[in-house]
Amino acid sequence: MSSTPIRLFTFAAPSRFYGLAGALTPWFWVATIALAAAGLYIGFFVAPTDATQGEAYRIIFIHVPAAWVSMVLYMAMAFWAGIGWAFKARLASMVARAIAPTGAMFTFVALWSGAFWGKPTWGTWWVWDARLTSYLILLFLYLGYIALVEAIDDTRRADNAGALVALVGAINVPIIYFSVKWWNTLHQGATISATVAPKMASTMLTAMLLMTLACWAYAFAVVLTRTRAIILEREGHADWAIALAREGSKQ
Amino acid sequence: MNWNSAAEFFAMGGYGLYVWGSYVVAAAFMLVEPVLAVRRRRRALRAVAAAE
Repeated sequence: MSSTPIRLFTFAAPSRFYGLAGALTPWFWVATIALAAAGLYIGFFVAPTDATQGEAYRIIFIHVPAAWVSMVLYMAMAFWAGIGWAFKARLASMVARAIAPTGAMFTFVALWSGAFWGKPTWGTWWVWDARLTSYLILLFLYLGYIALVEAIDDTRRADNAGALVALVGAINVPIIYFSVKWWNTLHQGATISATVAPKMASTMLTAMLLMTLACWAYAFAVVLTRTRAIILEREGHADWAIALAREGSKQ
Repeated sequence: MNWNSAAEFFAMGGYGLYVWGSYVVAAAFMLVEPVLAVRRRRRALRAVAAAE
């Protein structure tokens, strides 16, 4: 690393990042469990029954957090993939790959819970409106990215090809977000906005925000764990990794 | 408190299938994914030790 003039990026060295991620991960798990417990308690036991949707609305506490996190994770994946491509930053490409399965998982959860919410409230599991269709494309972008990088044996080329797909696909995220404004959709518009007071009871909002934070803590914990696995897979020949493995086998 | 009994809680006002169908699948994914990630790291660590 002595050849790089920028000292700011100490933790861009996979060996240092490996240790830092390992130290942080348990705290993200603690945060996940605490936030999810608080969010689910308020969501199911404190938040009142919805006047129009009855108890069915309680799906919101997993549906909206999963959807939010999946979209931001996609932007993060595209960002790190792009950084890895542009600056040949090894760790950035590894983080991008580590994010993809978690993003795909949250996308699936949001689609699934959306279908289970649509059936009792709209009368259908699925409809090809702009929001649902553009969001389904997000799942395909995640799966396409994973399939592409896994199909190419040369790691650097796989990372670069994946970065191209991730960056081109990033245009879909604002399309998903604004789809409810640009087109006439069955899916409702945004309930939460930075400029207008939320159109929901404050306990409902609290539960939703707690669940969103829980999903974030979860995403950090899993992505950090997977990044550490990828670091070992790619840099296992390095002295520090060999020393670590030797230490591990002694225990 | 919204519920007078456990049965009422699980019934979710008649929407039990939809509410629990959403949460059970989400919970299953969020339990399995971390296990897979942890296993992958352990496997990688073993591979490093074996290659030495």
